Amino acid sequence: MTRPVHRWAAAAAALVATGVLAGGSAAAPAPDAAPRRIVCFIPAVTQMLFAIGAGPQVVAVGAYDHDPPAVNALPRVGGLLDPDTERILAMRPDLVIVYDGQSALEERLARAGVPMFKYRHGDLANVTATMRTLGRAVGRAAEADALASGLERRLAAIAARVAGRPRPLTLLVLGREPNSLQNIYASGGYGFLHDMLVIAGARDMLDDVKRESVQVSTEMVLARRPDAIVELQYGDGASLSTGDDLSPWRALSSVPAVKAGRLYRLVGDEFVEAGPRLGDATEKLSRLLQPEAWR
Amino acid sequence: MPERADVRRRLWVTLAAFGALTLATCVVAPLVGSTPIHLSRVFDRSVPFADNVDAQIFFVARLPRVLAAALVGAALASAGAVFQALLRNPLASADTLGVSGGAALGAIAAITFHASFTVFGIPSVPLASLTGSVGALVVVYALAAARRRGMAATGLLLAGIALNAFFSAFVLFVQNLASFADTFRTVRWLMGSLDIGSYAPILGALPLLAVSGVAMASLPRTLDLMSLGGDAAAARGVDVRRTERVALLSASLATGAAVSLGGPVSFIGIVVPHLVRLIVGADHRVVLPASALFGAMFLVGCDILARTVFSPIELPVGIVTALIGAPFFLWLLVRRM
Repeated sequence: MTRPVHRWAAAAAALVATGVLAGGSAAAPAPDAAPRRIVCFIPAVTQMLFAIGAGPQVVAVGAYDHDPPAVNALPRVGGLLDPDTERILAMRPDLVIVYDGQSALEERLARAGVPMFKYRHGDLANVTATMRTLGRAVGRAAEADALASGLERRLAAIAARVAGRPRPLTLLVLGREPNSLQNIYASGGYGFLHDMLVIAGARDMLDDVKRESVQVSTEMVLARRPDAIVELQYGDGASLSTGDDLSPWRALSSVPAVKAGRLYRLVGDEFVEAGPRLGDATEKLSRLLQPEAWR
Repeated sequence: MPERADVRRRLWVTLAAFGALTLATCVVAPLVGSTPIHLSRVFDRSVPFADNVDAQIFFVARLPRVLAAALVGAALASAGAVFQALLRNPLASADTLGVSGGAALGAIAAITFHASFTVFGIPSVPLASLTGSVGALVVVYALAAARRRGMAATGLLLAGIALNAFFSAFVLFVQNLASFADTFRTVRWLMGSLDIGSYAPILGALPLLAVSGVAMASLPRTLDLMSLGGDAAAARGVDVRRTERVALLSASLATGAAVSLGGPVSFIGIVVPHLVRLIVGADHRVVLPASALFGAMFLVGCDILARTVFSPIELPVGIVTALIGAPFFLWLLVRRM
């Protein structure tokens, strides 16, 4: 009867000993204890690691990692939905960055005694907090603090630049079916994209819907009358010339954004990856929505 | 003769009652939504259409989706009724023979591989979906034509299950190739959406729906005889082979057109025909038009709930059809037992 109890106790002790780190809870390890074989699945966190100088410690990345170019030389160990546990363990990692919620992977890694850093998606404050926690977890606390502070200063500078100007009501579209207004989904009133939009000098059309993404109907767009509509194109589609244009929006001719021709498309993964490039992304957004402030 | 007169009377009463309810639902539906609009402003010609928000909400956002809901509901319900009679299986539905699987594969492939074109204003995803359903239909028809003297219902049913499994596996395969963002888009499509935002997809689906509707109109009497079995129907002068082909083609065409328009909307194709039978009896001369009308009314009604209950957030209509329809069906079933 005592064996299962012992097993649980041993597992708990292993978790404590191996240190399951989740955003904000990591203690700074001694320099010689810093992980040297990191596996990271999450593009935003991979970019953070390279930006704080921990790139040489990264031994494998996920299927969706493309930036910085150095990651292309690293082995791939699956994606968020289909992590290859066998390959991960074969890399003999001393830290695996997982998305909080990859419970099957977390369980296996815990059983194998592999330390984890759990990443959680959130708002902009979470992004800089993650940078700092990550820095402590990989022995690069000072570099991470500098990166996070730099990003915070840049965002504050953008906010100051657009302060006091009229803010266009903006719909930030994450996707829709090509050549149609069917299945539009957009950034909602919570998350780093919402924060970026506000810092860039806009009012979020979906400010009251406190979700990261929202399915938007044509009726909602007609009723809420955004002054600007910005579509983000990212992922594999960003590199393709799809031929799809912004013309389907013209069916909603009473919408101020359509009338004024303020329909935009921004191309690039930096808009949806909550990493060090968010400063660039926010500035691009701001230059589009507040051109006067950047003259 | 008295029996025939009785059926005719029941048909007219049913058509009148179901038709009036369907018409009322379709008239009310564009007036209801997350935003209040005024009919006087909708038809106010002193305001240019480009500046008239109420008119745009009515004509651009709501009317196309109400029409789409009515057409999709009618098509899926009547196709379900035909498949259940043709295959002599109460569990058959509009997607039993894999046509909706083919339609889904077409749409998912178009989304994943970024197919972006229009033909006569019809966007690529509904077009690809339509192409997928026609591809599946060709396979089903080839299977049906492979037998000289009509096909065994069980054989066709099994072929449909195999085709559905094949298309489902292909859908998963294509999703596996997709990027994270595209996977999300495909999942959204699979939830179904009637917010089509223009009349072009309706115009694209309409010819197929019209052809299938005309073909189905010739079926009810022979379907009644077919429900006795192929041999019994043949003994009563039914051209079994022809009836099966017309039924198969028309129901599959209707399904393909409906799925291309609104995505896969669950529940209607299987349960609405049963629901209608519980109300009007089993005669297909009454069941078929009643299923079409009830399916239209039911989906338009569910779409009203989908876009208003959690306003401003919308629910995928397929969730509402099952959440509302299943308890209602169970209640009706228990009451009749």
